[in-house]
Order: sequence, then C-alpha cells, then structure tokens
Amino acid sequence: MFADFLQFLISGITVGAIYGLVGLGFSVIYNASNVINFAQGEFVMIGGMASVSFLSMGIPMPLAIVLAVVVTTFVGFALEIFAIEPARHNSVVSLIIITIGASIFLRGLAQIIWDRNYHNLPAFSGDDPIKLWGAALQPQSLWVMGGAGIIVLLLWLFFNHSILGKAILATSFNPLAAELVGIDTRRILQISFALSAALGAIAGILVAPIALTYTNVGVMLGLKGFCAAIVGGLGNPMGAIAGGLAVGIAEAFTAGYISSAYKDAVAFVIIILVLLFLPSGLFGRKEIDKV
Amino acid sequence: MMPLLKPRTGGLLSLMVILVVLPLFFRNAYHYDVAIQSGLNAIVCVGLNLLIGYTGQISLGHAGFFALGAYASAVLTDRYEFAAVGAMIIGAVAVGCLSYLIARPILKLKGHYLAMATLGLGIIISIILNQEEELTGGPDGMPVSSFSFFGWDISGNLTWYGIVALVLLFTVWLALNLVDSPVGRALRAVHGSELAASTMGVDTQRYKVLIFVFSAVLASIAGSIFAHYSGFVSPAEGEFFRSIEFVTMVVLGGMASIFGAVVGAAILTILPQLLASFHDYEMMVHGAVLMGVMIFMRRGLVPTLVHFIRGLRK
Amino acid sequence: MNLLRIEQLGKSFGGVTAVEDLSFAIGPGTVYSIIGPNGAGKTTLFNLISGLFAPTTGSIHLDEEDISGLPPHKLAARGLSRSFQNLQIFFNMTALENVMVGHHLHSDTRFFPSLFALPAIGRADKRSAEFAAEMMDYVGLGNYIHTDSDAMPYGALKRLEIARALASRPRLLLLDEPAAGLNPSETNTIADLIQHIAQDNITVLLVEHDMHVVWDVSDHILVLDHGRRLAAGTAEEIRSNDAVVEAYLGRRAKDR
Repeated sequence: MFADFLQFLISGITVGAIYGLVGLGFSVIYNASNVINFAQGEFVMIGGMASVSFLSMGIPMPLAIVLAVVVTTFVGFALEIFAIEPARHNSVVSLIIITIGASIFLRGLAQIIWDRNYHNLPAFSGDDPIKLWGAALQPQSLWVMGGAGIIVLLLWLFFNHSILGKAILATSFNPLAAELVGIDTRRILQISFALSAALGAIAGILVAPIALTYTNVGVMLGLKGFCAAIVGGLGNPMGAIAGGLAVGIAEAFTAGYISSAYKDAVAFVIIILVLLFLPSGLFGRKEIDKV
Repeated sequence: MMPLLKPRTGGLLSLMVILVVLPLFFRNAYHYDVAIQSGLNAIVCVGLNLLIGYTGQISLGHAGFFALGAYASAVLTDRYEFAAVGAMIIGAVAVGCLSYLIARPILKLKGHYLAMATLGLGIIISIILNQEEELTGGPDGMPVSSFSFFGWDISGNLTWYGIVALVLLFTVWLALNLVDSPVGRALRAVHGSELAASTMGVDTQRYKVLIFVFSAVLASIAGSIFAHYSGFVSPAEGEFFRSIEFVTMVVLGGMASIFGAVVGAAILTILPQLLASFHDYEMMVHGAVLMGVMIFMRRGLVPTLVHFIRGLRK
Repeated sequence: MNLLRIEQLGKSFGGVTAVEDLSFAIGPGTVYSIIGPNGAGKTTLFNLISGLFAPTTGSIHLDEEDISGLPPHKLAARGLSRSFQNLQIFFNMTALENVMVGHHLHSDTRFFPSLFALPAIGRADKRSAEFAAEMMDYVGLGNYIHTDSDAMPYGALKRLEIARALASRPRLLLLDEPAAGLNPSETNTIADLIQHIAQDNITVLLVEHDMHVVWDVSDHILVLDHGRRLAAGTAEEIRSNDAVVEAYLGRRAKDR
C-alpha cells in the first residue's frame, strides 16, 4: 500500500518538476511581454531531439547536452526577432495565433530535420533503481528533481541579484518606465525568449531518458506546462513550479488509483476548474481593467 | 438610400453560381471529395468566424464540437438505430446544451485564459472519444451507416456535393443576415470595446454565450454530415490540431469576413492536396501561413483584397 | 425630486482610497460639473455611477431606486449613458454603426428573427439608422455618417461618443472630459452642445478640466480633492470659495 503510494508520489514529483520547468518558461516570457508563447513545448522537444542527434554524431554526452541547449536558445532568440517583434502591437488573439503558428512550424521543421520516430536518450547515471521503502526511484528522477531545484535557485539569484534580471523584472512591471530609465526593452524581450527556450530545452533533456523523445513530445508537455503556469498564477515563477508539482502529482495519483486512460485529461480538468473558481491562480495577482 | 443589391447579396449570388458551376470541372471522385471536405470545413469556419472575427473571442476547441456531432450521428444511428436526421438533431441539441453550460463561465475569461480553457475542453473531448472504446470504438474509430432520409439513402458524389453546397449556402445566408442585424452589431461592438458596448446597454456576456453556442451547433451539424458522408469517424476529427486548422482557415481567409471563412477553408483544404508530394512540408506550411498572415496581412485574404479593389476604384 | 442621489459613497482599491464618504444629489435637467485636481477621484466616481466598479461603501440612487452595483447594461436600460475620457470607439465599424449600437436597447434584437432576416428586423433597423443619423446631425457630424470610424479626426470622435450615448435616449448623461485634447473652436462647439443637451431635458454630469467650459455650462459644481468633497455650489459660489481657490484654482493660476 505505502509502497504504491510512494511510487506514485515519486513519479508525480518527477513529472511535476518537468511541468514546472516548462511553466517557468511561460512565466518568464509572459512577465517580460504579456505574450503566452504556445511554442514553449517545441523548445522542450528541440532540446531532447537535438541532444539525441548530437549524441548519435559521437559527441560526448555532456557536450551534446550543452550544444542542444545552445541550439534551442538560438531558436528562442530567432522566434522573438522574426515572429514576435514585427507583431508586438497586435492583439492578444493575434499573438496567440502567431505563437501557435510558430509551434506548428517548428514541429514541421523538426520532422524534416530528424524523423517521426521515438528516440531514447540514455539516463545520465544508469538505470539501476534505488529501492526506497518498497518503491523504486530511478536515478534519472533524482536528476530531474535536482536539476529543477538548481534552476529555480539560479533563476532566483538571477532575478534578484543581477542587473539584467532586475531589468527584466522592471520591464514586466512597467515597460514605459523601464524604457525611460534607459532599459532597452526590445533587447529584454529577446533575452527572455532565449532564457525561456533554454529552460524548455533543459526540461526536455532531463525528461528524455524517462519519457522518450519525438517531434510531437512538446505538444502535451507544453500544454501541461501552461496548465502549471496558470494553476500557480500566470507570471509567478515559484507559482509555476508549485503548479507543476500539483498537476504532476494529481496526474500520477489519478493514473495509479483511478484510471490510467484519463491521466492526460487530469491537467485540463484542473485547469478548467482553476480558471472558473480561482481565475488568478493559486498565487497570482489580480488584474483590473483600466478605463 | 440603401442600394437595392447590397454587396453581401452580390456575394451570396456569386457563391451560389460558383457552387453550381464547380462540378462541371470535376473529373473524378477525388475532386468531389476535396470539394465536399472544403464545404464542411467552411460551414465550421463561418460559425467560428462569427465568434473569433466578429465578436473577438478565441476558441481553440471547436474540433471537439465537430467530433461530438460526428460521433453523435455515428453512435446513435449505428448502435441505437436512430434515424439519421434525428441523430443529427439530437447531436446538435446536445452540443448546444453542453456549449451553453460551459460558455457561461468560460466566456468570462479573456485572451490567454479563454484560449486555454477552450483548448482544454477540446482535449478532454478528444481523450474521452479515444478512451470510451465500447461506445466509440476507441482510437480505431467506428463505421457510420449511410444517411437515409424518409427511405432515401443518400449516396453518390454529386448528391453529397449538392447537400453540402446547400447547407453551406444556407449557413452563409444565415451568417450574413446576422452580421447585418442589430445582433451582429452588438457582436462587433463586443469586439470593438466591451466596455463601451456594455455601457450602451449590450449584455456582452449574453451575446458572447449566444454566438459561442451558435458556432458550436454549426460545427456539430457539419460533423454529423461528415460522419455520414465519409462512413467512418475517428478521434482524429476532434484533435487539437484540427481545432488549430479551423482557426488557421478563419485567420487566412479574413477575420470578420463571412466569405473570407469560406475562402480560407477552401484554400487550406485544397492546398495540402496539391502539396501531397510534399507531404512532409504540410505542417511547416501551415505554421508559416498562420504566422505570415498574422504578421504581414493582419486582416486576412478577402478583406485585404476588398480593400485593394476599393482603392483601385477610387 | 432628485434624478441622481449619491449617499456616503466610498471606493478603495486594495487599501488606497479613491473616493470617500461622498454625498450629493442632482436635479433633473441640470448640468452638474465635477472638478478637482488630477487624482481627485473624478473618473473613479464616474466609473462607480456607470457601473464599471461596485462601491465599497455607500449607495447610488437613480429616481430614488438603489442602483449601486448594477452592471452597465442594466443601468443603460434605466436611462444612464456616458462617454469615455480615453476614447472607446468601435473602430471596427462605420460612424453610423457606432451610433446605432447606442440605439441597441430600442432596437429589435431577437436572435432568430435576425438570423432569418424577417422583414420586421429590417424595418426596425432602418428606423434605428435614421435615428442614429439624426443624432449625428445633432452633434454636428452630419457629413461623417458613412465614414469608417478609424478614418475620423480626434475631435469628431469625441462628438461621436456623445452621439452614441445620446442614441440610447438617456435621462442622465455622463461626459468624461469631452473637451480634452480639443482646440479652442472645437471646445466652444462642445460647450454649446452640452447646453443644447441640457435644454432638451437630459441631465448632464460633467467632468472637465477646461474651466471655461465648466463656468459656461454648469448649474452646479462639485469640487473634489483626494476623493472627498471640498466644496459645492453654483459657479459664482465656487469662484469665491477661498478653500477652492487655494487648493485648486490658485495652484493652477500660479502655473500659468
């Protein structure tokens, strides 16, 4: 009994940490620009696929991973410059459509560059599970949890103790005022897209050994990451992690105790409930229309 | 003061002529098939454009309503031996009720939140269709019996083409009427400024719900017709990507343009067929079209063209 | 009898008080102006009266009926309409259509008859169009009737908002800085228009920074400062009120 419970909890936390990282990516971009980037999931996919492909070229694993993150970062950068920048002043609906277009475009491109098959990235430190009160803990799960924890810490340091991080925060609070004190807000947008792409790539690489990677892997991961961001309150980075864990754990317990068939529906049921009853999420700030 | 023949009436007549003349150019069953698919997509898009283009509310879940209509027809005629018309009506009413129930709370949301909620709804519908195997046949889909209407089994390409063309014309006529009426103005007012609209006495929430339900019912009816026409339904009809396809058609053809929705649906149904040998590039093209239109031709094909022609006349 | 009566009205946003303990009453057919420095709470007061915000404390009465917290569309049905300081034009429509939306409550808005274009809908809509055109003439926009609203100059859009509000046949019309951003001759036209509207027995509640307009048209003036009532009375009384001159007019006079 307890072993089952623990097992579900472990897998919930593992996958929840991934959702949280993806959600973090949404939050970073949303904060800097009020744009919801529906192509966030594609960053996850590119991260995973690129590392598999670098690895197959004979590049050693650590270097392959770094290269994959760099490639994805460039994609994020390019996305901002070519698709978001020219449409900065479009309506919300039109920006949503643009990022959806970007997401489909990137997926299509990935299918041409790579293929439609499933790929396996070897686990970072073997596949021998660690026994824990009857439950099995994959070493890769530790990598995911640890990785997520370190990234959260780094981001916190970045936003609170670096000039650039503070500039991003300032831009999110008041773009005009930020501009007036000399912050190049266009640059900030590009940087936040690049940062967010790097976050997505890291999530994709961490999860690839557990969940396999393929060109459509980003669709569900991206949407669930978005769920995480909304559950935690859009624009609140720590909220995104908490939201991710909540969604991941709920999903794992549903799969374990109720029905594995409806596992994927859990996130969306949660999201609809949250939107209806707690529109600003668990930790979000309320928005007031200005007249 | 109003001219006798409004430009809209002219448009409707042109569409009618095109739909009548078109079969003369069809050489084989495949041509009919593409035309019929275009027509069905167009019916969904006309409704969706009332919601997105005119009222300014996004939906990323309309394929869900299309699939519900299709499955209502499939399941009720196949498993419970309902008459096809009855199944279609029950499907439409059920989708109407469902969309009404969820529209009331969902449409209070704005922008990203509305997008996410409709998207979630569509995905939940598609997961249910995949999982309830006993009822829906699961991921493999299920066959659908032919459409019989008072003992007349509808079959043959030309007949199906005629039916879809008629339904499309009727839908376009309804949509044009609506847009030209005080109701249509209220919808556009919600898009223009929700604040001002409500101050002028428009119950904005009511109108948003109304048009959401109407567009969902249209999608459901198109789904029912599709099910009987193709003789087979699968959960792929309700997938997220299908919802995005519908939105792309609306955006490409032109927001707030009824004929734009028809043109967009036709182009994006035909284009992949022409690009069949480049099948691998289909997704890329789709994505590029979405981004390109939104960035460089924000109003979409038909309104941009109309604007251009008016400019020439002056 | 009072058309509008405000009773100890208060509104705060997360601890910041925008309007506090405010009471006043407006008789029918008058022009009542609210003045005060920026941030005095004028626009918040307008948003409270027109139903965009719900009051934190106190109440608002129209014809001695409590209307506090009613949504804007219900207030419109009771004869209250307004214009906006920063334009809220339906830029996706022509000028005439904008005004026709103002006529919404008096139009035939049944869904199914509209869907099937029943003749009754067309006839009613033609009357709406005629009435809307009349309203555009009334505010002096007769030659803009078929213009797309996004092609109109700023001054005309300000009057379009007034025409749209008038098309709802209000008894109480709230005008939020109708002269802001206008040149002197346009400003005079607006002042004349406000007086016309009042003569046609529509009560006007006015927020305006241009003091010439305020002195010209107001029957009563309420001076707000920090969300509270500083003074109230006729134009003469306000002009000779020391507290007002010091807190508001004096400061402005010094700036010039």
